[in-house]
Formats: sequence, structure tokens, C-alpha cells
Amino acid sequence: MTAQVEAVNGVSPNGSNAPSGPPAIRVEDLSTGYHEEPVLQHVDLSVAAGSLVGLIGPNGSGKSTLFKTMTGLHEPWTGRVLINGKPGKPGADVAYVPQTETVDWSFPVTAGQVVMMGRYPRLGLIRWPRKRDHEIVDRSLEKVGMSGFKDRQIGQLSGGQRQRVFLARALAQEPSILLLDEPVSGVDATTQHQIFELLDQLCEEGVTTIVASHDLSCVAQRFDQVLLLNRTVHGYGPPDEVLTQDLLNKTFQSHLLLLRLGTRTFVVEDPDHFQHD
Amino acid sequence: MIEWIMEPLGYSFLLRGFVAAIMIGIICAVVGTFVVLKGLAFIGDALAHIAFTGIVVAFLVGFSFYIGALAAAIIAALGIGTVSQRTGVSTDTSIGIFFSGIFALGIVLMSIGIHTYTIDLFSYLFGDILSVRRDDLISILILGGIVLAVIAVLYKELLFVSFDPVVAESAGLPARWLQMLLLILLSVTVVVSVQAVGIVLVVAMIVTPSATAYLITDRFGVMMALGAVFGAISAIGGFYLSYYADVPSGGSIVLVATSLFAIVAIIGPKRRNLRKILGSGGEVTQRPA
Repeated sequence: MTAQVEAVNGVSPNGSNAPSGPPAIRVEDLSTGYHEEPVLQHVDLSVAAGSLVGLIGPNGSGKSTLFKTMTGLHEPWTGRVLINGKPGKPGADVAYVPQTETVDWSFPVTAGQVVMMGRYPRLGLIRWPRKRDHEIVDRSLEKVGMSGFKDRQIGQLSGGQRQRVFLARALAQEPSILLLDEPVSGVDATTQHQIFELLDQLCEEGVTTIVASHDLSCVAQRFDQVLLLNRTVHGYGPPDEVLTQDLLNKTFQSHLLLLRLGTRTFVVEDPDHFQHD
Repeated sequence: MIEWIMEPLGYSFLLRGFVAAIMIGIICAVVGTFVVLKGLAFIGDALAHIAFTGIVVAFLVGFSFYIGALAAAIIAALGIGTVSQRTGVSTDTSIGIFFSGIFALGIVLMSIGIHTYTIDLFSYLFGDILSVRRDDLISILILGGIVLAVIAVLYKELLFVSFDPVVAESAGLPARWLQMLLLILLSVTVVVSVQAVGIVLVVAMIVTPSATAYLITDRFGVMMALGAVFGAISAIGGFYLSYYADVPSGGSIVLVATSLFAIVAIIGPKRRNLRKILGSGGEVTQRPA
């Protein structure tokens, strides 16, 4: 099974190129939630630097809450998150692309200006963007295939284009850790393919990336590590070790069928069972 | 023509009013850029009314009007900011109750406490540029200068937080602190403007020139600069209208600003933004709870 994942991804599932030193992300006995209502309980996790992790779990399983806690947007009730070995708010080292942006699309900014915002935390007070910052913005737009839209006001872009602009802004931040919440939902197949190529490239550059996704088959094929989350960690490791019938049932508390066709793994809903989502 | 322009400026009290009006026109529009885009007009209106009660109390106690108005407006801004950040829900109703109540208290205090100053206080309600004394002008220039300097220093950060507070905070910017600062800048702007345009009309001075600029451009920085130009034009035009037609300065300045808006709304290129201002457009994605 391991060979199959390697064949698809070209990446060692065990992260043989993992550098020594502290893990990029370490979560220690984390519990948190909203208004007394717990969402995450006793989460323990250690993500090696340079990993490309697919995060899967049903709706309401705490994926977004886990991301928000990692970026410092949300406070742990108990336990802690260490980013590159350090506790506290990670700042620009962690870039976060939320699932839905709560922005006003008629705001008077262009795609290029939105991407430049990714540079702001790195620039510091009063300092204006320099040549290097403009180059990083151009490169980030190019990486997501949006170079031609730099001067377009963001409201005039399609949903998939907006999503790519926000991804470019995260890249411009030059993070060591990238957290993407459903980045390929609502984008066309070509864009989806481009985004995954980009993620592979970031992985090679040593950026630790966690991608929350609904698409289990895609996670099985595209990622070197899979994190199964439903209020707590139900499994973390290479797809062939973690994507088992038993662990999937535990995570989704419903019936999913695991299909292995040749070198590929697919996960489908079991048509014989009703699934609530 | 030149004589017509220069005549009122020959009087030092009119020249003071002229300079004050221009400064107010500019800072109102610069702060107004954030107010228009973040929908803070109602909060600005509330702060102006609360500032009035601060002015009345300052008169009763014998403080400078600036101290009373600033204290009242900034305390109110901090209260509004804290409540809206804590609850995350629309605070319109609570602000409406709170600010009307405090304004009512100011009116009652004014009528029972100060008989001789009543006319003076009415000038704060409707604005009287001729009441700007030398000390007032100095206060307007210093406070206005501080507002402009803070926005210049934190321009990038305020832009990021106004556009996308969640991601700005995740990237390490102190988003809550910056949003609170914006409300404090709004308070100072309201207080500085009250003498010239009056409590009732100060929101128009903050919102209208920026909204006019929004009808012309899709760039944040351009919107701010154009807004400042429209604010200054409104101040200058209103000043002369007030002088030659002998009408209150607050009314005349806002009338010029509104006329500019109407003209640009008819000929301006950004129809989408007009629809947003008029409340029938503007696409905002809400994150599901």
C-alpha cells in the first residue's frame, strides 16, 4: 500500500526528508470550544516540518476550530499549541486561508493589493512595500495562475479566482506553516489540479501544509499524511495506515466504503446506509 | 472675483473659521473612508450626540469644551467597541438606547443648569464657524494633526484589518486593538468637527465626501485622497455660502458636500458602489456560525 501512495505522490509517506529539531506543529492535550460548548477534546498531535497533511472529518468535527487555535485566533481552554517549538501567537509564521472569507466584496482593493496585505505583518510599522515585496506579490499571483488579474477589483473576480487570490496572499506572507480550509471547494477541476501541484511544490520547499478537505479520495491520493479529526484525533499517519475501515467509521460515525483500485484508494459513501451530514 | 474671495479672509475671525473648516473637511473624509466601508455612520452619529452631553457637563463644571466632549465620546467609543467585540452581534439597538438617553440627559442638564450659555450651546447643535476662537483653532489643528498622523503611521494595518479582520489577526496584527483605535479616531474627529458643522450634521461631513469618492474609484488610497479633496471643497464652498448668504456654516458646508455627491452619483462611473451606498447591493459573505 505504501508503494501505491508513493507512486501517486512521489513523496515519502514517512517524511524521510524530515529535518531534525522541533516539530512544526505540536498540539498538547488541547481542549477548547465556544460558549461552554466543547468542540475539541484532548487533541494531541505532532506534525513534522515539511509535511503535507490532509485533514478530514465530518461537519462540526472541529477542523476550523483546530486551525483557529493553531493561528492564535482562538484560545485553548486547556493544553497548548507549540508552533516551531514556541508557544503563544505565531504571527506571520502561520498563514491561514479560511473556508469562507467574511469580507465585503465591494471593498475598494485590487487583487494585487489583497496579496500585498500578506506582506504587511512582515513589513512592520510605517515601512512601505519595497521592490522585493512587489516581486513576492507578483510571484505569488503567478503561482496561483492569477497574474493577469492583478489590477482587478476583488468583487469582479469569480469565486474560484477570489479563493486563489487569498491563497496567493497566504503565500506572500512567506509562512513556514500554511493552513487551508477547504481550498478546492467550489473551484473547477483545472484550478484544483493547479492548487495541488502548488501544494506539492510548497512541500518540497519545506513548508508544512495542512489542508482540510471533504474529498476523502483526493486526500487518500494527494497527501503524505492524513489526520482524522472528530472532536479528537482518531488517526494520524500515512494514508495507507490511517484510512482503514475501522478508523473511518470511528471518525465519521457513519458508513464509508474504502475501495482500493490498483494503485489508488477511493472512499465512497456506502449506498446501503443513510448518511447524515 | 479675487476681491470676492479675499474679502471675508481679511477678518481674522473669518480666516480662523476658514482654516478650521478646511482641516475639518480633510480629517472627516480621511476617517470617513473607514466609516463608509465599515458601516460605522450610526456609531459616529451616536458619538456626536454623546459628545454634546460631555460639552454641557464641561460648561457646568467649568472645563474646556474639548475635554468634556473628548472624554464623553472616547468613553462611549470604548464601550461600544467592547460590547460589539464581546457579543459579535449587531449593537444598533443598544447603541440607540444608550446614545439617545445620554443626549436627552444633556438637553435636560442644559435647560436646567445653564441659562446664559444656551445660545452658545445651540451653536454646537447646528455648527457656527464664527464661534471658532484662537484656542479652538489651535485645538482643531493639533487634534486633527494627531488623527492624520496616526492614520499615516498605521495605514497598512488599518487597511488590512478593515478589509479582513480575521486573516489580519491570524497573520499577527492586533486586530481588536486596531478596530478600537479606529473608533477612538472617529471620536476625536467628531469632537473636532462639532464646532463648525454641529452635532446634528457631523455624520454627513464624515460620510458624504468619502461616499462621493467611492463613486469614482475602486482603490482605497485614491478614495481617501479624493474624499479629502471633496471634504476641503465642501468646507471652502460652504464657508463662502455661509458668509454671503448669511446662513449657518454647518448647513451650508453639508449642503455643498451633498450637492457634490448628487452630481457625482449622476455622472460617476461606479454604479455598483452607488447601489451599495443606497443599500440595495453590496455582496457580503457571512461565515456560517
